[in-house]
Amino acid sequence: MTTAVLYGITGIVLFSLGLYALVVQRHFLRRLLSLNIMGTGVFMVFIASAWRPAPEPVDPVPHAFVLTGIVVAVSATGLGVNLWRRMQAEKRGEEAP
Amino acid sequence: MQSLAWSIGVPLAAAVACFASVPTGVILLLLAACGAAAWVPVWQLYAGASGAYVVGDWAVPLGIGLRLDGLSALFMGVTAVVFVIAGVHALAYRLPERRRSAFWSLWFLLWAGLHALYLSNDLFNLYVTLEVVGLSAVALVSLTARAAALQYLFVTMLGSLAYLLGVALLYAGYGALEPGALRAAGEAGPLLWSVLALMSVGLLLKTAVFPLHFWLPPAHAGAAGPVSAVLSALVVKASFFLLVRLWADLFQPVAASPALTALGLAGIASVLWGGWRAFRAERLKIVIAYSTVAQLGYLMIFFPLAFHTQPFVAVDAYSGMGMLVAAHACAKAGMFLAAGSVLHELGHDRLDGLDGWGVRYPVAAFAFAVGGVTLMGLPPSGGFVAKWLLLRAAFHSQQWLYAAALLGGGLLAATYVFRPLGGAFRVVGHVEKKMPGVLQWSALALAGVSLLLGVVAAWPLDLLEIGRVLETRGAP
Repeated sequence: MTTAVLYGITGIVLFSLGLYALVVQRHFLRRLLSLNIMGTGVFMVFIASAWRPAPEPVDPVPHAFVLTGIVVAVSATGLGVNLWRRMQAEKRGEEAP
Repeated sequence: MQSLAWSIGVPLAAAVACFASVPTGVILLLLAACGAAAWVPVWQLYAGASGAYVVGDWAVPLGIGLRLDGLSALFMGVTAVVFVIAGVHALAYRLPERRRSAFWSLWFLLWAGLHALYLSNDLFNLYVTLEVVGLSAVALVSLTARAAALQYLFVTMLGSLAYLLGVALLYAGYGALEPGALRAAGEAGPLLWSVLALMSVGLLLKTAVFPLHFWLPPAHAGAAGPVSAVLSALVVKASFFLLVRLWADLFQPVAASPALTALGLAGIASVLWGGWRAFRAERLKIVIAYSTVAQLGYLMIFFPLAFHTQPFVAVDAYSGMGMLVAAHACAKAGMFLAAGSVLHELGHDRLDGLDGWGVRYPVAAFAFAVGGVTLMGLPPSGGFVAKWLLLRAAFHSQQWLYAAALLGGGLLAATYVFRPLGGAFRVVGHVEKKMPGVLQWSALALAGVSLLLGVVAAWPLDLLEIGRVLETRGAP
Protein backbone atom coordinates (compact mmCIF):
# COMPACT_ATOMS: atom_id res chain seq x y z
CA MET A 1 0.00 0.00 0.00
CA THR A 2 1.47 3.34 -1.01
CA THR A 3 1.48 6.37 1.28
CA ALA A 4 -0.94 8.14 -1.05
CA VAL A 5 -3.53 5.40 -0.68
CA LEU A 6 -3.05 5.43 3.08
CA TYR A 7 -3.66 9.19 3.10
CA GLY A 8 -6.77 8.75 0.99
CA ILE A 9 -8.18 6.08 3.27
CA THR A 10 -7.42 8.19 6.34
CA GLY A 11 -9.30 11.04 4.69
CA ILE A 12 -12.34 8.86 4.13
CA VAL A 13 -12.15 7.61 7.74
CA LEU A 14 -12.06 11.23 8.98
CA PHE A 15 -15.05 12.07 6.78
CA SER A 16 -17.01 9.13 8.25
CA LEU A 17 -16.06 10.05 11.83
CA GLY A 18 -17.23 13.59 11.24
CA LEU A 19 -20.48 12.38 9.72
CA TYR A 20 -21.08 10.12 12.72
CA ALA A 21 -20.49 12.98 15.14
CA LEU A 22 -22.75 15.29 13.13
CA VAL A 23 -25.60 12.79 13.46
CA VAL A 24 -25.01 11.89 17.11
CA GLN A 25 -24.08 15.24 18.67
CA ARG A 26 -26.71 17.83 19.54
CA HIS A 27 -24.67 20.85 20.63
CA PHE A 28 -24.22 23.47 17.96
CA LEU A 29 -20.45 23.87 18.28
CA ARG A 30 -19.82 20.14 18.27
CA ARG A 31 -21.86 19.78 15.10
CA LEU A 32 -20.03 22.66 13.43
CA LEU A 33 -16.71 21.04 14.39
CA SER A 34 -17.80 17.70 12.98
CA LEU A 35 -18.56 19.39 9.67
CA ASN A 36 -15.06 20.85 9.73
CA ILE A 37 -13.58 17.41 10.39
CA MET A 38 -15.52 16.05 7.43
CA GLY A 39 -14.10 18.85 5.33
CA THR A 40 -10.56 18.04 6.47
CA GLY A 41 -11.13 14.43 5.44
CA VAL A 42 -12.12 15.54 1.94
CA PHE A 43 -9.06 17.78 1.71
CA MET A 44 -6.83 14.81 2.60
CA VAL A 45 -8.31 12.80 -0.24
CA PHE A 46 -7.58 15.71 -2.58
CA ILE A 47 -3.99 15.97 -1.37
CA ALA A 48 -3.50 12.24 -1.75
CA SER A 49 -4.73 12.50 -5.34
CA ALA A 50 -1.87 14.91 -6.10
CA TRP A 51 0.73 12.17 -5.67
CA ARG A 52 2.63 11.09 -8.78
CA PRO A 53 5.34 8.40 -9.16
CA ALA A 54 8.87 9.65 -8.42
CA PRO A 55 10.31 11.40 -11.52
CA GLU A 56 7.09 13.35 -12.21
CA PRO A 57 6.36 16.53 -10.28
CA VAL A 58 3.41 16.58 -7.88
CA ASP A 59 0.10 17.64 -9.47
CA PRO A 60 -0.53 21.26 -8.37
CA VAL A 61 -4.25 21.41 -9.22
CA PRO A 62 -5.58 19.59 -6.10
CA HIS A 63 -3.59 21.98 -3.91
CA ALA A 64 -5.43 24.88 -5.49
CA PHE A 65 -8.67 23.02 -4.80
CA VAL A 66 -7.81 22.52 -1.14
CA LEU A 67 -6.87 26.20 -0.70
CA THR A 68 -10.21 27.24 -2.18
CA GLY A 69 -11.96 24.63 -0.06
CA ILE A 70 -10.37 26.00 3.11
CA VAL A 71 -11.59 29.50 2.26
CA VAL A 72 -15.12 28.17 1.77
CA ALA A 73 -14.96 26.17 5.02
CA VAL A 74 -13.75 29.17 7.01
CA SER A 75 -16.51 31.41 5.64
CA ALA A 76 -19.18 28.80 6.34
CA THR A 77 -17.88 28.27 9.89
CA GLY A 78 -17.80 32.02 10.43
CA LEU A 79 -21.36 32.39 9.23
CA GLY A 80 -22.49 29.57 11.52
CA VAL A 81 -20.78 30.93 14.63
CA ASN A 82 -22.09 34.43 13.96
CA LEU A 83 -25.65 33.14 13.53
CA TRP A 84 -25.40 31.12 16.71
CA ARG A 85 -24.07 34.08 18.71
CA ARG A 86 -26.96 36.24 17.57
CA MET A 87 -29.40 33.52 18.54
CA GLN A 88 -27.83 33.26 22.01
CA ALA A 89 -27.99 37.03 22.39
CA GLU A 90 -31.66 37.08 21.42
CA LYS A 91 -32.39 34.26 23.86
CA ARG A 92 -30.91 36.38 26.65
CA GLY A 93 -33.13 39.23 25.52
CA GLU A 94 -30.28 41.39 24.31
CA GLU A 95 -30.19 43.34 21.09
CA ALA A 96 -28.42 41.23 18.44
CA PRO A 97 -24.78 42.34 17.90
CA MET B 1 -19.54 34.47 -25.83
CA GLN B 2 -18.19 37.15 -23.58
CA SER B 3 -21.67 37.93 -22.31
CA LEU B 4 -21.41 34.74 -20.20
CA ALA B 5 -18.77 36.34 -18.00
CA TRP B 6 -20.89 39.50 -17.76
CA SER B 7 -23.91 37.52 -16.63
CA ILE B 8 -21.93 36.52 -13.53
CA GLY B 9 -20.00 39.78 -13.16
CA VAL B 10 -22.94 42.18 -13.24
CA PRO B 11 -24.89 40.66 -10.30
CA LEU B 12 -21.62 40.26 -8.40
CA ALA B 13 -20.84 43.96 -8.88
CA ALA B 14 -24.41 44.79 -7.83
CA ALA B 15 -23.88 42.76 -4.64
CA VAL B 16 -20.78 44.77 -3.82
CA ALA B 17 -22.50 48.06 -4.65
CA CYS B 18 -25.27 47.21 -2.18
CA PHE B 19 -22.84 47.09 0.76
CA ALA B 20 -23.49 50.80 0.82
CA SER B 21 -27.01 51.98 1.51
CA VAL B 22 -28.51 52.36 -1.95
CA PRO B 23 -31.71 54.28 -2.82
CA THR B 24 -34.70 52.48 -4.32
CA GLY B 25 -34.21 53.88 -7.81
CA VAL B 26 -30.68 52.51 -8.04
CA ILE B 27 -31.82 49.08 -6.90
CA LEU B 28 -34.42 49.07 -9.66
CA LEU B 29 -31.65 49.88 -12.13
CA LEU B 30 -29.44 47.11 -10.74
CA LEU B 31 -32.30 44.61 -11.02
CA ALA B 32 -32.84 45.61 -14.64
CA ALA B 33 -29.11 45.41 -15.41
CA CYS B 34 -28.79 41.91 -13.92
CA GLY B 35 -31.91 40.76 -15.74
CA ALA B 36 -30.48 42.03 -19.01
CA ALA B 37 -27.11 40.40 -18.27
CA ALA B 38 -28.91 37.07 -17.94
CA TRP B 39 -31.09 37.44 -21.00
CA VAL B 40 -28.44 38.60 -23.47
CA PRO B 41 -26.52 35.27 -23.55
CA VAL B 42 -29.79 33.32 -23.57
CA TRP B 43 -30.90 35.32 -26.58
CA GLN B 44 -27.52 34.92 -28.29
CA LEU B 45 -27.66 31.16 -27.80
CA TYR B 46 -31.17 31.08 -29.21
CA ALA B 47 -29.95 33.07 -32.20
CA GLY B 48 -27.34 30.40 -32.88
CA ALA B 49 -24.17 31.54 -31.10
CA SER B 50 -21.89 28.95 -29.52
CA GLY B 51 -22.19 28.76 -25.76
CA ALA B 52 -18.57 28.08 -24.79
CA TYR B 53 -16.26 30.66 -23.23
CA VAL B 54 -12.93 30.48 -21.42
CA VAL B 55 -12.46 33.36 -18.98
CA GLY B 56 -9.39 35.49 -19.79
CA ASP B 57 -8.09 32.85 -22.25
CA TRP B 58 -6.48 30.86 -19.45
CA ALA B 59 -6.51 27.20 -20.40
CA VAL B 60 -8.51 24.72 -18.33
CA PRO B 61 -7.87 23.32 -15.63
CA LEU B 62 -6.24 26.44 -14.14
CA GLY B 63 -8.53 28.77 -16.08
CA ILE B 64 -12.28 28.75 -15.80
CA GLY B 65 -14.39 27.35 -18.60
CA LEU B 66 -18.01 28.48 -18.93
CA ARG B 67 -20.65 26.65 -20.91
CA LEU B 68 -24.18 27.67 -21.85
CA ASP B 69 -26.48 25.08 -23.38
CA GLY B 70 -30.24 24.77 -23.69
CA LEU B 71 -30.71 23.46 -20.17
CA SER B 72 -28.67 26.16 -18.46
CA ALA B 73 -30.19 28.84 -20.71
CA LEU B 74 -33.68 27.79 -19.63
CA PHE B 75 -32.68 27.90 -15.96
CA MET B 76 -30.97 31.26 -16.44
CA GLY B 77 -33.94 32.83 -18.21
CA VAL B 78 -36.35 31.65 -15.51
CA THR B 79 -33.98 32.83 -12.77
CA ALA B 80 -33.90 36.32 -14.25
CA VAL B 81 -37.70 36.53 -14.49
CA VAL B 82 -38.20 35.40 -10.89
CA PHE B 83 -35.42 37.56 -9.45
CA VAL B 84 -36.53 40.75 -11.23
CA ILE B 85 -40.21 40.46 -10.29
CA ALA B 86 -39.55 39.23 -6.74
CA GLY B 87 -36.97 42.02 -6.42
CA VAL B 88 -39.57 44.65 -7.30
CA HIS B 89 -41.81 43.02 -4.72
CA ALA B 90 -39.03 43.16 -2.13
CA LEU B 91 -38.69 46.91 -2.65
CA ALA B 92 -42.22 47.35 -1.31
CA TYR B 93 -41.82 44.70 1.38
CA ARG B 94 -41.16 46.07 4.86
CA LEU B 95 -37.75 44.82 5.96
CA PRO B 96 -36.09 46.00 9.17
CA GLU B 97 -34.19 49.15 8.12
CA ARG B 98 -30.80 47.98 9.43
CA ARG B 99 -31.07 44.72 7.50
CA ARG B 100 -31.85 46.44 4.21
CA SER B 101 -28.38 46.70 2.71
CA ALA B 102 -27.51 43.18 3.92
CA PHE B 103 -30.64 41.91 2.21
CA TRP B 104 -29.82 43.48 -1.16
CA SER B 105 -26.17 42.38 -1.11
CA LEU B 106 -27.19 38.80 -0.39
CA TRP B 107 -29.96 39.00 -2.98
CA PHE B 108 -27.53 39.86 -5.78
CA LEU B 109 -24.89 37.47 -4.45
CA LEU B 110 -27.39 34.60 -4.56
CA TRP B 111 -28.29 35.63 -8.10
CA ALA B 112 -24.62 35.69 -9.19
CA GLY B 113 -24.05 32.30 -7.53
CA LEU B 114 -26.94 30.76 -9.43
CA HIS B 115 -25.66 32.09 -12.75
CA ALA B 116 -22.17 30.78 -11.99
CA LEU B 117 -23.64 27.39 -11.11
CA TYR B 118 -25.53 27.15 -14.39
CA LEU B 119 -22.47 28.12 -16.40
CA SER B 120 -19.61 26.26 -14.68
CA ASN B 121 -18.08 23.49 -16.68
CA ASP B 122 -15.92 22.00 -13.97
CA LEU B 123 -17.01 19.87 -11.04
CA PHE B 124 -14.88 21.72 -8.50
CA ASN B 125 -16.08 25.15 -9.58
CA LEU B 126 -19.56 23.75 -9.29
CA TYR B 127 -18.82 22.94 -5.64
CA VAL B 128 -17.77 26.54 -5.03
CA THR B 129 -20.91 27.88 -6.70
CA LEU B 130 -23.02 25.42 -4.70
CA GLU B 131 -21.54 26.89 -1.53
CA VAL B 132 -22.02 30.49 -2.70
CA VAL B 133 -25.68 29.71 -3.40
CA GLY B 134 -26.13 27.74 -0.17
CA LEU B 135 -24.44 30.23 2.15
CA SER B 136 -26.14 33.30 0.73
CA ALA B 137 -29.48 31.47 0.95
CA VAL B 138 -28.77 30.60 4.61
CA ALA B 139 -27.89 34.22 5.34
CA LEU B 140 -31.08 35.43 3.65
CA VAL B 141 -33.18 33.05 5.77
CA SER B 142 -31.34 34.17 8.89
CA LEU B 143 -32.64 37.73 8.42
CA THR B 144 -36.00 36.56 9.76
CA ALA B 145 -35.67 32.97 11.08
CA ARG B 146 -32.45 32.17 12.95
CA ALA B 147 -33.12 28.63 14.18
CA ALA B 148 -34.33 27.47 10.77
CA ALA B 149 -31.28 29.12 9.18
CA LEU B 150 -28.90 27.19 11.44
CA GLN B 151 -30.50 23.87 10.52
CA TYR B 152 -30.42 24.91 6.87
CA LEU B 153 -26.70 25.75 7.23
CA PHE B 154 -25.89 22.28 8.53
CA VAL B 155 -27.90 20.63 5.78
CA THR B 156 -26.42 22.66 2.99
CA MET B 157 -22.84 22.18 4.25
CA LEU B 158 -23.34 18.44 4.66
CA GLY B 159 -24.76 18.18 1.15
CA SER B 160 -21.87 20.12 -0.35
CA LEU B 161 -19.26 18.09 1.53
CA ALA B 162 -20.72 14.80 0.32
CA TYR B 163 -20.60 16.23 -3.20
CA LEU B 164 -17.02 17.41 -2.68
CA LEU B 165 -15.86 13.99 -1.51
CA GLY B 166 -17.32 12.63 -4.74
CA VAL B 167 -15.29 15.24 -6.66
CA ALA B 168 -12.12 14.25 -4.79
CA LEU B 169 -12.62 10.57 -5.56
CA LEU B 170 -13.26 11.36 -9.22
CA TYR B 171 -10.10 13.42 -9.43
CA ALA B 172 -8.10 10.66 -7.75
CA GLY B 173 -9.54 8.13 -10.19
CA TYR B 174 -9.53 10.00 -13.50
CA GLY B 175 -7.40 13.11 -13.00
CA ALA B 176 -9.95 15.36 -14.69
CA LEU B 177 -12.99 17.31 -13.57
CA GLU B 178 -14.60 18.42 -16.80
CA PRO B 179 -17.87 16.55 -17.31
CA GLY B 180 -17.07 16.04 -20.99
CA ALA B 181 -13.64 14.50 -20.32
CA LEU B 182 -14.99 12.34 -17.49
CA ARG B 183 -17.77 11.08 -19.66
CA ALA B 184 -15.27 9.57 -22.08
CA ALA B 185 -13.15 8.08 -19.27
CA GLY B 186 -15.93 6.86 -16.99
CA GLU B 187 -16.75 3.19 -16.77
CA ALA B 188 -19.05 1.27 -14.46
CA GLY B 189 -17.15 0.14 -11.39
CA PRO B 190 -16.86 0.58 -7.62
CA LEU B 191 -15.35 4.07 -7.99
CA LEU B 192 -18.13 5.44 -10.17
CA TRP B 193 -20.72 3.80 -7.93
CA SER B 194 -19.42 5.39 -4.75
CA VAL B 195 -19.15 8.75 -6.50
CA LEU B 196 -22.70 8.37 -7.71
CA ALA B 197 -23.95 7.54 -4.22
CA LEU B 198 -22.08 10.40 -2.51
CA MET B 199 -22.97 13.07 -5.05
CA SER B 200 -26.58 12.00 -5.46
CA VAL B 201 -27.32 11.80 -1.74
CA GLY B 202 -25.61 15.14 -1.10
CA LEU B 203 -27.56 16.84 -3.85
CA LEU B 204 -30.85 15.14 -2.98
CA LEU B 205 -30.43 16.52 0.53
CA LYS B 206 -30.07 20.01 -0.91
CA THR B 207 -33.01 19.42 -3.27
CA ALA B 208 -35.18 18.36 -0.28
CA VAL B 209 -36.43 15.09 -1.70
CA PHE B 210 -38.29 12.77 0.69
CA PRO B 211 -37.00 11.57 3.20
CA LEU B 212 -34.36 14.34 3.19
CA HIS B 213 -36.88 17.19 3.04
CA PHE B 214 -37.24 17.87 6.81
CA TRP B 215 -35.34 21.17 6.71
CA LEU B 216 -37.30 22.79 3.89
CA PRO B 217 -40.64 23.79 5.47
CA PRO B 218 -39.21 25.71 8.46
CA ALA B 219 -36.58 27.48 6.33
CA HIS B 220 -38.83 28.35 3.40
CA ALA B 221 -41.83 29.30 5.51
CA GLY B 222 -39.76 31.28 8.02
CA ALA B 223 -37.98 33.42 5.43
CA ALA B 224 -39.30 36.82 4.32
CA GLY B 225 -41.78 36.69 1.40
CA PRO B 226 -39.43 37.47 -1.49
CA VAL B 227 -36.73 35.20 -0.01
CA SER B 228 -39.15 32.26 0.25
CA ALA B 229 -40.04 32.87 -3.37
CA VAL B 230 -36.50 32.56 -4.73
CA LEU B 231 -35.58 29.71 -2.36
CA SER B 232 -38.53 27.55 -3.37
CA ALA B 233 -38.50 28.53 -7.02
CA LEU B 234 -34.78 28.42 -7.78
CA VAL B 235 -32.39 27.41 -5.00
CA VAL B 236 -33.70 23.87 -4.54
CA LYS B 237 -33.72 23.49 -8.31
CA ALA B 238 -30.07 24.53 -8.56
CA SER B 239 -29.02 21.24 -6.97
CA PHE B 240 -31.52 19.44 -9.17
CA PHE B 241 -29.89 21.09 -12.19
CA LEU B 242 -26.55 19.70 -11.08
CA LEU B 243 -28.07 16.24 -10.61
CA VAL B 244 -29.36 16.30 -14.19
CA ARG B 245 -25.94 17.38 -15.47
CA LEU B 246 -24.16 14.65 -13.51
CA TRP B 247 -26.53 11.89 -14.51
CA ALA B 248 -26.52 12.94 -18.14
CA ASP B 249 -22.75 13.34 -18.47
CA LEU B 250 -21.06 11.28 -15.86
CA PHE B 251 -23.31 8.52 -14.69
CA GLN B 252 -24.41 7.32 -18.13
CA PRO B 253 -22.47 4.03 -17.76
CA VAL B 254 -24.38 3.14 -14.61
CA ALA B 255 -27.67 4.74 -15.63
CA ALA B 256 -29.60 1.59 -16.48
CA SER B 257 -29.70 0.54 -12.89
CA PRO B 258 -31.70 0.27 -9.67
CA ALA B 259 -30.40 3.75 -8.77
CA LEU B 260 -32.86 5.21 -11.28
CA THR B 261 -35.72 3.30 -9.70
CA ALA B 262 -34.62 4.52 -6.28
CA LEU B 263 -34.78 8.13 -7.51
CA GLY B 264 -38.21 7.50 -9.01
CA LEU B 265 -39.54 5.93 -5.81
CA ALA B 266 -38.16 8.79 -3.70
CA GLY B 267 -39.99 11.07 -6.12
CA ILE B 268 -43.29 9.24 -5.63
CA ALA B 269 -42.85 9.36 -1.85
CA SER B 270 -42.15 13.12 -2.08
CA VAL B 271 -45.28 13.70 -4.16
CA LEU B 272 -47.49 11.80 -1.72
CA TRP B 273 -45.95 12.94 1.56
CA GLY B 274 -45.50 16.56 0.48
CA GLY B 275 -49.06 16.68 -0.80
CA TRP B 276 -50.46 15.14 2.36
CA ARG B 277 -48.55 17.43 4.69
CA ALA B 278 -49.53 20.45 2.59
CA PHE B 279 -53.15 19.38 2.95
CA ARG B 280 -52.81 19.04 6.73
CA ALA B 281 -50.80 22.24 7.29
CA GLU B 282 -52.18 25.02 9.48
CA ARG B 283 -50.35 27.96 7.95
CA LEU B 284 -50.47 29.30 4.41
CA LYS B 285 -46.69 29.44 3.91
CA ILE B 286 -46.29 25.91 5.28
CA VAL B 287 -48.86 24.72 2.72
CA ILE B 288 -46.82 26.26 -0.07
CA ALA B 289 -43.52 24.94 1.32
CA TYR B 290 -44.77 21.34 1.47
CA SER B 291 -46.19 21.73 -2.00
CA THR B 292 -42.61 22.45 -3.12
CA VAL B 293 -41.56 19.06 -1.70
CA ALA B 294 -44.37 17.46 -3.72
CA GLN B 295 -43.43 19.24 -6.94
CA LEU B 296 -39.76 18.32 -6.54
CA GLY B 297 -40.99 14.73 -6.44
CA TYR B 298 -42.22 15.09 -10.04
CA LEU B 299 -38.74 16.22 -10.99
CA MET B 300 -37.31 13.01 -9.50
CA ILE B 301 -39.75 10.93 -11.55
CA PHE B 302 -38.02 12.51 -14.56
CA PHE B 303 -34.93 10.32 -14.04
CA PRO B 304 -36.38 6.84 -14.61
CA LEU B 305 -38.41 8.18 -17.56
CA ALA B 306 -35.53 10.05 -19.20
CA PHE B 307 -33.14 7.10 -19.26
CA HIS B 308 -35.60 4.83 -21.00
CA THR B 309 -34.24 3.08 -24.08
CA GLN B 310 -36.95 4.37 -26.43
CA PRO B 311 -35.78 7.78 -27.71
CA PHE B 312 -39.21 9.42 -27.90
CA VAL B 313 -39.88 8.58 -24.23
CA ALA B 314 -36.62 10.23 -23.25
CA VAL B 315 -37.41 13.29 -25.40
CA ASP B 316 -40.83 13.71 -23.79
CA ALA B 317 -39.44 13.31 -20.29
CA TYR B 318 -36.67 15.82 -20.94
CA SER B 319 -39.04 18.44 -22.35
CA GLY B 320 -41.52 17.80 -19.55
CA MET B 321 -38.81 18.29 -16.95
CA GLY B 322 -37.72 21.62 -18.46
CA MET B 323 -41.28 22.85 -18.66
CA LEU B 324 -42.00 21.79 -15.09
CA VAL B 325 -38.91 23.62 -13.82
CA ALA B 326 -39.96 26.84 -15.56
CA ALA B 327 -43.66 26.64 -14.73
CA HIS B 328 -43.19 25.61 -11.11
CA ALA B 329 -40.56 28.27 -10.50
CA CYS B 330 -42.87 31.07 -11.65
CA ALA B 331 -46.00 29.66 -10.03
CA LYS B 332 -44.36 28.91 -6.71
CA ALA B 333 -42.62 32.27 -6.54
CA GLY B 334 -45.94 33.99 -7.29
CA MET B 335 -47.72 32.01 -4.56
CA PHE B 336 -45.02 32.74 -1.98
CA LEU B 337 -45.14 36.43 -2.87
CA ALA B 338 -48.92 36.40 -2.45
CA ALA B 339 -48.73 34.55 0.88
CA GLY B 340 -45.85 36.75 2.00
CA SER B 341 -47.78 39.93 1.32
CA VAL B 342 -50.82 38.59 3.23
CA LEU B 343 -48.54 37.71 6.16
CA HIS B 344 -46.95 41.15 5.80
CA GLU B 345 -50.33 42.91 6.15
CA LEU B 346 -52.22 40.66 8.57
CA GLY B 347 -49.23 39.79 10.75
CA HIS B 348 -50.08 36.07 10.60
CA ASP B 349 -50.91 33.42 8.01
CA ARG B 350 -52.92 30.86 10.02
CA LEU B 351 -55.50 29.31 7.75
CA ASP B 352 -58.26 29.50 10.40
CA GLY B 353 -57.78 33.26 10.65
CA LEU B 354 -57.65 33.96 6.93
CA ASP B 355 -61.41 34.24 6.27
CA GLY B 356 -62.13 36.95 3.76
CA TRP B 357 -58.55 37.43 2.58
CA GLY B 358 -59.77 37.16 -1.01
CA VAL B 359 -62.05 40.15 -0.42
CA ARG B 360 -59.39 42.18 1.32
CA TYR B 361 -56.56 41.36 -1.05
CA PRO B 362 -58.28 40.17 -4.22
CA VAL B 363 -55.20 40.37 -6.46
CA ALA B 364 -53.07 38.35 -4.04
CA ALA B 365 -55.76 35.69 -3.72
CA PHE B 366 -56.11 35.58 -7.50
CA ALA B 367 -52.34 35.18 -7.86
CA PHE B 368 -52.43 32.29 -5.38
CA ALA B 369 -55.23 30.63 -7.36
CA VAL B 370 -53.50 31.13 -10.72
CA GLY B 371 -50.31 29.61 -9.29
CA GLY B 372 -52.45 26.75 -8.00
CA VAL B 373 -53.69 26.08 -11.54
CA THR B 374 -50.10 25.29 -12.54
CA LEU B 375 -49.51 23.12 -9.47
CA MET B 376 -52.63 21.10 -10.26
CA GLY B 377 -51.57 20.88 -13.90
CA LEU B 378 -54.73 22.31 -15.45
CA PRO B 379 -54.71 23.73 -18.99
CA PRO B 380 -53.58 26.17 -20.28
CA SER B 381 -50.83 26.46 -17.68
CA GLY B 382 -47.19 25.50 -18.11
CA GLY B 383 -47.76 22.85 -15.45
CA PHE B 384 -50.31 21.19 -17.73
CA VAL B 385 -47.88 20.96 -20.65
CA ALA B 386 -45.17 19.61 -18.34
CA LYS B 387 -47.41 16.96 -16.84
CA TRP B 388 -48.80 16.01 -20.22
CA LEU B 389 -45.28 15.36 -21.53
CA LEU B 390 -44.21 13.43 -18.43
CA LEU B 391 -47.43 11.40 -18.49
CA ARG B 392 -46.99 10.60 -22.17
CA ALA B 393 -43.47 9.38 -21.39
CA ALA B 394 -44.78 7.24 -18.54
CA PHE B 395 -47.58 5.74 -20.65
CA HIS B 396 -45.38 5.03 -23.66
CA SER B 397 -42.81 3.29 -21.52
CA GLN B 398 -45.59 1.52 -19.57
CA GLN B 399 -44.33 2.68 -16.20
CA TRP B 400 -47.78 2.85 -14.69
CA LEU B 401 -46.64 3.56 -11.15
CA TYR B 402 -45.11 6.87 -12.21
CA ALA B 403 -48.18 7.75 -14.26
CA ALA B 404 -50.36 7.09 -11.20
CA ALA B 405 -48.13 9.31 -9.04
CA LEU B 406 -48.30 12.14 -11.61
CA LEU B 407 -52.10 11.95 -11.73
CA GLY B 408 -52.59 11.41 -8.00
CA GLY B 409 -50.24 14.29 -7.21
CA GLY B 410 -52.47 16.60 -9.26
CA LEU B 411 -55.50 15.59 -7.18
CA LEU B 412 -53.62 16.16 -3.95
CA ALA B 413 -52.53 19.56 -5.25
CA ALA B 414 -56.18 20.44 -5.85
CA THR B 415 -57.07 19.59 -2.24
CA TYR B 416 -54.38 21.75 -0.71
CA VAL B 417 -54.78 24.66 -3.12
CA PHE B 418 -58.54 24.90 -2.52
CA ARG B 419 -58.31 24.75 1.26
CA PRO B 420 -56.92 28.28 1.77
CA LEU B 421 -59.25 29.51 -0.98
CA GLY B 422 -62.31 28.01 0.74
CA GLY B 423 -62.93 30.90 3.12
CA ALA B 424 -61.23 33.50 0.95
CA PHE B 425 -64.43 35.19 -0.18
CA ARG B 426 -66.40 34.92 3.05
CA VAL B 427 -67.09 38.56 3.89
CA VAL B 428 -65.99 39.41 7.41
CA GLY B 429 -67.08 42.79 8.76
CA HIS B 430 -65.34 45.91 7.63
CA VAL B 431 -63.11 45.50 4.61
CA GLU B 432 -60.14 47.81 4.45
CA LYS B 433 -57.60 47.85 1.67
CA LYS B 434 -54.19 49.09 2.58
CA MET B 435 -51.76 46.70 0.97
CA PRO B 436 -49.36 48.41 -1.46
CA GLY B 437 -50.43 47.47 -4.97
CA VAL B 438 -46.91 46.41 -5.98
CA LEU B 439 -46.93 43.56 -3.46
CA GLN B 440 -50.01 41.97 -4.97
CA TRP B 441 -49.45 42.74 -8.63
CA SER B 442 -45.90 41.35 -8.64
CA ALA B 443 -47.28 38.08 -7.27
CA LEU B 444 -49.89 38.03 -10.01
CA ALA B 445 -47.29 38.82 -12.66
CA LEU B 446 -45.23 35.74 -11.75
CA ALA B 447 -48.25 33.46 -11.50
CA GLY B 448 -49.37 34.87 -14.84
CA VAL B 449 -46.05 33.93 -16.44
CA SER B 450 -46.52 30.33 -15.32
CA LEU B 451 -49.95 30.32 -16.94
CA LEU B 452 -48.64 31.95 -20.10
CA LEU B 453 -45.85 29.37 -20.41
CA GLY B 454 -48.43 26.81 -21.44
CA VAL B 455 -49.53 29.03 -24.32
CA VAL B 456 -46.05 29.80 -25.62
CA ALA B 457 -44.62 26.38 -24.70
CA ALA B 458 -42.83 26.02 -28.05
CA TRP B 459 -40.29 28.73 -27.21
CA PRO B 460 -38.87 27.29 -23.95
CA LEU B 461 -38.94 23.80 -25.43
CA ASP B 462 -36.97 24.93 -28.51
CA LEU B 463 -34.46 26.61 -26.23
CA LEU B 464 -34.11 23.43 -24.17
CA GLU B 465 -33.25 21.37 -27.25
CA ILE B 466 -30.13 23.45 -28.07
CA GLY B 467 -27.05 21.37 -27.28
CA ARG B 468 -29.24 18.78 -25.63
CA VAL B 469 -27.48 17.34 -22.55
CA LEU B 470 -29.23 14.04 -22.43
CA GLU B 471 -28.63 12.13 -25.61
CA THR B 472 -31.21 9.59 -26.50
CA ARG B 473 -29.91 6.10 -26.17
CA GLY B 474 -30.81 2.87 -27.92
CA ALA B 475 -31.92 2.39 -31.53
CA PRO B 476 -33.83 5.31 -33.08
